[in-house]
Amino acid sequence: MDLAFTAEELAFRDEARRFFRTEFPEALRRKVLEGGHLSREEIVQSQRILNARGWAVPNWPRAWGGQDWSPVQLYFYQDEMQQAGVPSPLGFNTSMVGPVIAQFGSQAQKERFLPATANLDIWWCQGFSEPGAGSDLASLRTAARREGEQWVINGQKTWTTLAQHADWIFVLCRTDGAVKKQEGISFILADMRTPGITVRPIQTIDGGHEVNEVFFDDVRVPAENLVGQENKGWDYAKFLLGNERTGIARVGLSKARLQRIRALAAAERVGERAVLDDPKFREKLAATEIELKALEMTQLRVVADERRREKGRPNPASSILKLKGSQIQQATTELLMEVVGPYALPYVPEEEGRNEPEIGPHDAAVAAPSYFNNRKVSIYGGSNEIQHNIIAKAILGF
Amino acid sequence: MDFDLSDDQRLLRESVDRLIADRYAFEARRRHDLGTEGWSRDLWNTFAELGLLGLPFAEEHGGFGGGPVETMIVMEAFGRGLVREPYLATVILGGGLLRRAGAADLQAALLPQVAQGKLLLAFAQVERHSRYELNDVTTTAREAEGGWVLDGAKSVVLHGDSADKLIVTARTGGGRFDRDGIGLFLVDANAKGLTRHGVPTQDGLRCAEITLAGVRAEAVLGDPGGGLEAAEAVVDEAIAAICAEAVGLMTCMHDITVDYLKTRKQFGRAIGEFQVLQHRSVDMFVELEQARSMAMFATVMATDPDPATRRRAVSAAKVQIGRSGRHIGQEAVQLHGGIAMTMEYKVGHYFKRMTMLEGLFGDTDRHLAQVASGESLFAA
Repeated sequence: MDLAFTAEELAFRDEARRFFRTEFPEALRRKVLEGGHLSREEIVQSQRILNARGWAVPNWPRAWGGQDWSPVQLYFYQDEMQQAGVPSPLGFNTSMVGPVIAQFGSQAQKERFLPATANLDIWWCQGFSEPGAGSDLASLRTAARREGEQWVINGQKTWTTLAQHADWIFVLCRTDGAVKKQEGISFILADMRTPGITVRPIQTIDGGHEVNEVFFDDVRVPAENLVGQENKGWDYAKFLLGNERTGIARVGLSKARLQRIRALAAAERVGERAVLDDPKFREKLAATEIELKALEMTQLRVVADERRREKGRPNPASSILKLKGSQIQQATTELLMEVVGPYALPYVPEEEGRNEPEIGPHDAAVAAPSYFNNRKVSIYGGSNEIQHNIIAKAILGF
Repeated sequence: MDFDLSDDQRLLRESVDRLIADRYAFEARRRHDLGTEGWSRDLWNTFAELGLLGLPFAEEHGGFGGGPVETMIVMEAFGRGLVREPYLATVILGGGLLRRAGAADLQAALLPQVAQGKLLLAFAQVERHSRYELNDVTTTAREAEGGWVLDGAKSVVLHGDSADKLIVTARTGGGRFDRDGIGLFLVDANAKGLTRHGVPTQDGLRCAEITLAGVRAEAVLGDPGGGLEAAEAVVDEAIAAICAEAVGLMTCMHDITVDYLKTRKQFGRAIGEFQVLQHRSVDMFVELEQARSMAMFATVMATDPDPATRRRAVSAAKVQIGRSGRHIGQEAVQLHGGIAMTMEYKVGHYFKRMTMLEGLFGDTDRHLAQVASGESLFAA
């Protein structure tokens, strides 16, 4: 047992650190670290810098730009990126639809979509959840029927993140209503400009616009937009959701946020002393750091274990990463809001606030919205209750 | 970076696991001959034969030169076996103090005896009002006729009643809380002026109340006024060791509970089919894995050359272990129901041991305050 990294591993970490901290615009990184929202252009720009270096899609097959990195390299890649405030490559592209097309798509689909997906020339959004199909995703009702050389899609998707920016959507559709619900689902790609697709924004409790409803009204897409086999979409969805198990803990992000909390708490004063010198606050901070350190160690154990396991057979401990990782992310946003104290109160929309004098400490305005917004992390990607069910099944067999 | 064991470490684990399976199964353990000391001399000799008693000592002292990873392997297994024998007191605390602070000739004379199972040690550091603070020492040592004479009293000395020799913290200078002026004195347990009153512990081990009235020490380990650092280093190693022991306890409590949920039937089905119990057992699993991670962290950091870094890491681990242990212990009892309240069922014994470990060498609040007082755990 040796927790020291090898010289090669450390060299890679330093290379990653240098790249992330020198090749990306300072303003963009600061915005991410301070909890602001990036514009479409900023996200595209950032992913193209990654892609130019071949670092946008390290987990893809090598033939399509993947890197064959070791789990430790992948860990450092994510950790350093998150700590530097470089936005992760768009997950819908790089860890969702990309790997599905690479694994199950036709050669023509691969050639048409994969390079453009890696470079964010195509922005994808995810058409999975529906008003009546949340945790019970397989009960989805958006239907696609075959008419000649076309699929005709009708129904509604929801919680569609950044659909307002998207060029394409990958949609889980019911293509057979007569069989077991998991067995009648297909994975279909649709151009967002297709007539019949309507995007309606949903404003979330932080005041932001991240998610949308997407309506399909007799949307006709070519038959060739089916990925893999008809009625096998549930398998592909499971494959997709099983990707990126270790990055989901977001340890690097939480580390960066704790660092920011520390800096802010050192500058903010309560009476004669800094907030950081308040023993009660320090204990809360310490408790969160301890949980994060434990999670980082758990993540490293999962990473080390992945080297030995065959691909696609997750370690049960990996389910902890989403569960604990989301709780810690939420705890850090609580701490941030507490440090900011009374100055968390004013609501200053990002666009409007830019030219106004700031109230309270720098970026106090994002503290409360960031807390509100982060309640989502224990809900999306399989709620924490669903994660409990998954772990229980692995352990108890029920 | 890897979490793999070396070949030698794997062999050690196999050998200790076999010992625990053969001799410490719950029913077998109940039949151990505990004599008057509360633990088994027969098993102690087996430990010696297996090389466990000299594990962390240098080869020239009859040991194997093992480090914290070897200790972790042994202690985790000992946790699973609810081992009652004085390994922590003799090998980790007593042996650790001799290794760190003892003069070369003293080490050469005593460590081989420990490794052979012929010498039992104990560390007497707690006093009536010192709680967990190693620097709070009122027992005194004064120089007399070229040696040292001790006066004072020590409390809850682990396995102090069966020890042959005690290592006692005593003040040679400074005020009650000063870090300077504390020495580590080797005292024969049967020395004139020393009284011992042995008592059982809540978790079925032993400890002793000790008074010292004009007791002549056999030796002082290192600087008579500068023993605190060595004591702190050894206690940090001991904390890492009991973190591993706690992981053994928690593993058993988790596994036994999961097994029970699968087999116990109520309302016509296994109670593990009820979601409320499923989710609570998952929370136990999460706590267990987080604790395991931090026990490993403590293990690799226990010998860090920088005392502040070492202390911060070990304290962080102790906090995690304390919280996880309390959660898993209470839930293990609750998810079983009434049966776990009985002495004849094993879960209660793990629960009690875990509870006592939480308070050993500093409780969760004490160590949280320690972590909180320092730099970030993620300081570069």
